[in-house]
Amino acid sequence: MISFSPSEEQALIVDTLKRFAKDRLRSIFREADENGELPADILSKGWELGLVGSSIPEQYGGFGEFSAVTGALALEELAWGDLASALALSAPASFAFAILAAGTEAQREALLPQFSEESFVNATSALIEPRLQFNPRKLQTTATSDGNGYVLNGVKSYVPLANSAEHFLIYAAENGQTQAFIVPAKTVGLSVGEREKLMGVRALEVARITLDNVKVAADAKLGGEAGIDFGRLYARSQVALAALAIGVARGAYEYALDYARNRQTFGEAIGQRQSIAFMLAEMLVEIDGARLMVWEAAWKLDNNQEVTRDALMAKHNADKTVLMVCDRALQILGGHGYIREFPVELWLRNARGFSTFDGLAMV
Amino acid sequence: MAIDFKLSESIDTQRQMAQMVAEQMMRPVSRHFDEHEHDIPWDYINAMWPIMRQNPMFGAVDKPETATDPNKPKKPKTGNVRMVHLIEALSWGDAGMYLTTPGGALGGAAVAAAGTSDQKNRFLARFGDSETPVWGSMAMTEPQAGSDTSAIRTTAVRDGDSWILNGEKIYCTGGRLSLEESQGLVVVWATVDPKLGRAGMKAFVVEAGTPGMQVTKLEHKMGIRASDTAAVVFTDCRIPFDNVLGNPEIPKAEATAASADAPKGFKGAMKTFDATRPAVAASALGIARAALELLREQLSIAGIPIRDDVPVNEMSAIERDVLELEAQHKAAWLLTLKAAWMMDSGEANTVEASACKVKAGEAATVITQKAVELLGPLGYTRELLAEKWMRDAKINDIFEGTGQINRLIIARRILGFSSRELK
Repeated sequence: MISFSPSEEQALIVDTLKRFAKDRLRSIFREADENGELPADILSKGWELGLVGSSIPEQYGGFGEFSAVTGALALEELAWGDLASALALSAPASFAFAILAAGTEAQREALLPQFSEESFVNATSALIEPRLQFNPRKLQTTATSDGNGYVLNGVKSYVPLANSAEHFLIYAAENGQTQAFIVPAKTVGLSVGEREKLMGVRALEVARITLDNVKVAADAKLGGEAGIDFGRLYARSQVALAALAIGVARGAYEYALDYARNRQTFGEAIGQRQSIAFMLAEMLVEIDGARLMVWEAAWKLDNNQEVTRDALMAKHNADKTVLMVCDRALQILGGHGYIREFPVELWLRNARGFSTFDGLAMV
Repeated sequence: MAIDFKLSESIDTQRQMAQMVAEQMMRPVSRHFDEHEHDIPWDYINAMWPIMRQNPMFGAVDKPETATDPNKPKKPKTGNVRMVHLIEALSWGDAGMYLTTPGGALGGAAVAAAGTSDQKNRFLARFGDSETPVWGSMAMTEPQAGSDTSAIRTTAVRDGDSWILNGEKIYCTGGRLSLEESQGLVVVWATVDPKLGRAGMKAFVVEAGTPGMQVTKLEHKMGIRASDTAAVVFTDCRIPFDNVLGNPEIPKAEATAASADAPKGFKGAMKTFDATRPAVAASALGIARAALELLREQLSIAGIPIRDDVPVNEMSAIERDVLELEAQHKAAWLLTLKAAWMMDSGEANTVEASACKVKAGEAATVITQKAVELLGPLGYTRELLAEKWMRDAKINDIFEGTGQINRLIIARRILGFSSRELK
């Protein structure tokens, strides 16, 4: 029956992450952006909250339920705190959840239990390729069967935590179809390049990786011989990214709202003028609408319904919304919005990235 | 409870029936009632009356709960979620005809929101008992008072056991059906003391046939032509004292003029809007869905693909437009559903009711205008219904509060400013 009220368990998760986001992430995000790195303990602190383990069912060593709706709720809170931290914490999740959603029984049993243990698992995925017309369904990285297994060739971009990763999930085209391959870091032919410098999420370590005749065994292919339904997995990524975008947008909206209440010009608060007030009203409407689209698409994932167009719409709308909201938030702050002492310029830089963050998060 | 988008079977069945009515009883005559403005769609009305009598559409007039086993858990209310689904489907058929659906409509919703239980029994019974169709309507707008309801000049003066109403109301949706075509009623907003501004505003129920009340004009409109939009004049119109909704007390001028709080009478009106704005949003989105479906159908006939599995930067301009329009439609619909669900759950939903109205009013306007454009010569011709839907859709960004007044309502709430601080 129609309901917009999270379950008790979901409310508890949201509450925990809200506190983590407010107390921890909001106290480090600016310095982390300036320094280009996250404080050493932020990933372990985040990990302790059971972000990944609580989504893995008991049979694979976890202590929770795999739910895209719960995932979307969680990611919104993390991104509200800090997008770079949220994406760093999403790197192992993007690996684990892909295994959980599309892996064979053997792959799940072999790889998932470690994600419920105490220490951070250095796992990541690589989908994006460095070219203007990047299309996740038409990858240039290739996987060719060599009888015993597969040979991977190509270049991947924006790979989070690439330098420290022990496990990679590498997406490549096999006969024109996007498939994913589990590749240990030490595999011959896999090399991690220079760190990439981005406009936003500067605290997130991302790098290019090159695959030069990387040989993996046949059982490294996600989902076994049959492979994966990439569209379904991609929808999980679209929903996750859209949820993160909502979190960023909500943060910027709340900051601008507070500013508009207090900033005085000509003897009254700027929020008392319709030109500002109407912008804020529209920001709220767009954020709420975009969030509900994320929830519905996530719910369809959880209920095994067709979701391709819903995920596309949710992602497209969230991308547009987060950019609009952050730009307006900056505009409401005027000159202050452009200054790095205030957080809004950072959020606008982060917002712009969503149109290109394919595969960096998963629910 | 958990976040859930599954519609209950019972509402889904009713929604499908409404969709069938829309296809079979509305679409075939849609153009006729557009071109013959003041014809009344009696076939539709008479077919709908037995259904509406049993199950009034506005959730706000759900039957009062009867005493049952106290140990039995209360069934959650679903009247508003049901309502928006039915309105959406009927408006897909024809938004003007939907507005002629017999029942309490906005008048009924106002009685349900602001009336005492005695008043609900007295005024709402007809919407279940009558053998022939009955309508309710709302009269708020005046020639010089639209969104600014505090400028209302119609007066209500107490005279013993009566009120005497004087003034002119315009843009009363369904006024003719309520007052001339049935033994219905109209809820009239009037001031008991013009010096009090909004504090003096109260809602009065005037029943059809009351001497001194007359429908003086039917407007000619751009769209929703099947629905009458009436002017109603009150000349020394005497109604019983008990017909004032809510608190009958006349506020003292000194006390309320100084108070920043919105007074009761006005709050009653606003509470009505919490239920009716999602209803308007749903109607807008029914029209928008019709336009989107026609657009998809014609694009398919023309062999123009709309793909889901290509990056946005590889899409054609038309694919991007369709994606954009469908996303706006989806966002607006989910906002509407949420506002209705909150109403059912007993949660304060003023912001959400305005939010869905803002989004749906705009989305339906943009979607239908863009559909006419994308359909080319097929869009602009009166042979198809796209051009009509564009004309019909626009009203939803205006009545029950324009997009602008609803933005203002949202802004005041989120910023915490009063109507005096944020004008």
